[in-house]
Amino acid sequence: MTNGISDLTIWVVIVVLGIGTFLIRWSFLGTLGNRKLPDWVLRMLRYTPVAVLPALVAPLVVWPAATGGQPDPARMAAATATVAVGLWTKNMILAILAGAITLFGLLYLL
Amino acid sequence: MPQPRTAGRQSLADDGAPFTAGQAFRRGAIKSLPFLVVMIPFALLFGVVALEAGMDVAQVLGFSVLVLAGASQFTAVQLLSDNAPVIIVILSCLAVNLRMAMYSASLVPWLRDATAQQKAWVAYALVDQSYALAIQEYEANPRMDLRHRLAFFAGVVSVVCLPWMVFSWLGATVGRAIPQDIALDFAMPITFLAMIAPMLRTPAHLAACFVAVAGSLAFAGLPSGLGLLIASPLGMATGALVEVWSQRRAQA
Repeated sequence: MTNGISDLTIWVVIVVLGIGTFLIRWSFLGTLGNRKLPDWVLRMLRYTPVAVLPALVAPLVVWPAATGGQPDPARMAAATATVAVGLWTKNMILAILAGAITLFGLLYLL
Repeated sequence: MPQPRTAGRQSLADDGAPFTAGQAFRRGAIKSLPFLVVMIPFALLFGVVALEAGMDVAQVLGFSVLVLAGASQFTAVQLLSDNAPVIIVILSCLAVNLRMAMYSASLVPWLRDATAQQKAWVAYALVDQSYALAIQEYEANPRMDLRHRLAFFAGVVSVVCLPWMVFSWLGATVGRAIPQDIALDFAMPITFLAMIAPMLRTPAHLAACFVAVAGSLAFAGLPSGLGLLIASPLGMATGALVEVWSQRRAQA
């Protein structure tokens, strides 16, 4: 190590993080067993993907790391094109293509 | 709409129809291929960055095999090279991964009949990409049986998780930086948005998405992962409320 962290420290971080992350992922799936979940819980869980995943990427779209956090018209337009084509065609590959073409097109033009 | 079962055949709503577990596995693998565009450079980059931070190849592989969570691995390397206290490193990274508890809960209705061992394997490989592809497939084909669901998941994992390990090892071994001028930073947001947009089927889904996005932007200043953990349940609750309202209006 160059900056004073010992190999042991790194391995401790790796192992604890590995176990902790596994337990997070296993939490509900592993412990709930065959018990029926209440209706209101199921109703909320239906919206997990459409809430978590867009919330995960929204800050990356608005404040991209590549531009040092400055909002970037090319990336905004690419995200908009992706969502628009995805909503319209219901096709993931077409949506990716629309986003990629918009991004590289605008980065090239701007 | 899924058609009724006929003579043991598994009818599927959209393109392709896996009749055997092997076909479901291949379908999962094929649907995951677009992710490789992001995964491979990202994994190479992790190897390179971790190596530059002073880790050895075994430790890079240790991260990618035992932790298997991209964002938190980068966070850990970043914090370790900043000489942050170990407890801070661990807590920050676990906070980044806490969203996966929501994935775990969300898969319960689909995988509740799996054995404890199968659930443990699914949990181990439950990353953003495998969750997103699996839930999309399960919702689109509600009649898929458990064996096909697990096979599909395994197919996805073979394409999104294995290369993560292989290419982070390669990055650490080769140690060559990825050209920075290609706008690959944006491949991840685009793939996720492309996956989510077709799932926005009802006003309730749109409302859930809108509130979660607004919340995550409003709470973006909070420490790593915390904003997401507030914004997501807000979005999920909004979706549930709008669903109840729509049902009441339909009945009235």
